[in-house]
Amino acid sequence: MTQHHRQHFETLQEIRSIMERSSRFISLSGLSGVSAGIFALIGAGFASAYLGRWPFGQDDYYPFKLQELHRWGLTAWQFFLIDALVVFIGALGSAVFFTTRKAKLKGQKIWDPLVQRLLINLAIPLTSGFIFILGLIYHGLVGLVAPAALIFYGLALVHASKYTLNDIRYLGAAEIVLGLIATFFIGYGLLCWALGFGILHIGYGWYMYLKYERPASN
Amino acid sequence: MKDIIADLNKAFDHRVRLGIMSILLVNDWMEFNGFKTLLEVTDGNLASHIKALEKEAYIEVKKQFVGKKPNTTYRVTELGKKAFAAHLDALEKLLNIRP
Repeated sequence: MTQHHRQHFETLQEIRSIMERSSRFISLSGLSGVSAGIFALIGAGFASAYLGRWPFGQDDYYPFKLQELHRWGLTAWQFFLIDALVVFIGALGSAVFFTTRKAKLKGQKIWDPLVQRLLINLAIPLTSGFIFILGLIYHGLVGLVAPAALIFYGLALVHASKYTLNDIRYLGAAEIVLGLIATFFIGYGLLCWALGFGILHIGYGWYMYLKYERPASN
Repeated sequence: MKDIIADLNKAFDHRVRLGIMSILLVNDWMEFNGFKTLLEVTDGNLASHIKALEKEAYIEVKKQFVGKKPNTTYRVTELGKKAFAAHLDALEKLLNIRP
């Protein structure tokens, strides 16, 4: 009788596991969040140094000073283009690295329909956000770039949480809240950006790493 | 006790069939190769279990062409959903009986 019990219990557990595995991409690594956050903080640090301002102070007019800035032999546009590219490539590269590693450790496929579905659903809001931000820059509304980045990224995470670990839904919600705050307090844009893409990524990534990946030591 | 065991559906009395049904309950559709990678079974084994579920009208097949390649996808029928839910209920009830 107990043996039957165990057998039925295992059957139910396997059903649950198959449903999970077949509908969500679960190899997303928390460490990729941590490393993306570190790249974001470094990028924000350089931006803060370039702007020549203490990151925690409020300066509502900094977006208007960008035209005149020329530091380290770079105009503001050149600097921010390089800064953004380095952060983006670093964050994306490390995310791919840690997630591939986790998939290999667990013997899961890295390129399957689940990953494709996740990426497509991330890409739709992110690409829209990217083009929207280009529009903001085109119109000279650079103060809204950081809030827009946070809001679109948050919406992308909330949307994509249906296709991967559900935890990123709350991370997305937090990014949206930060973005909305930054919309009204433009002077805190860079600080909110550093909090959202840096601190939140690191904290949340570490939490997810402890929850799903750390080798069970106890 | 005997009644509950009778509620267990014979059509689902196999790991692969349980797997196929589980996958189709959370995915609108699934390709043949998708089942293969998720359940780690051979073509022949998978095909025979799919056929059995199809015969019960628990799943249905959609054949179409993607470009020039034939593409076969499967989805669960209303009947299949009900039957699988009943099977899971029976399993749960069996678990709740104290040995």
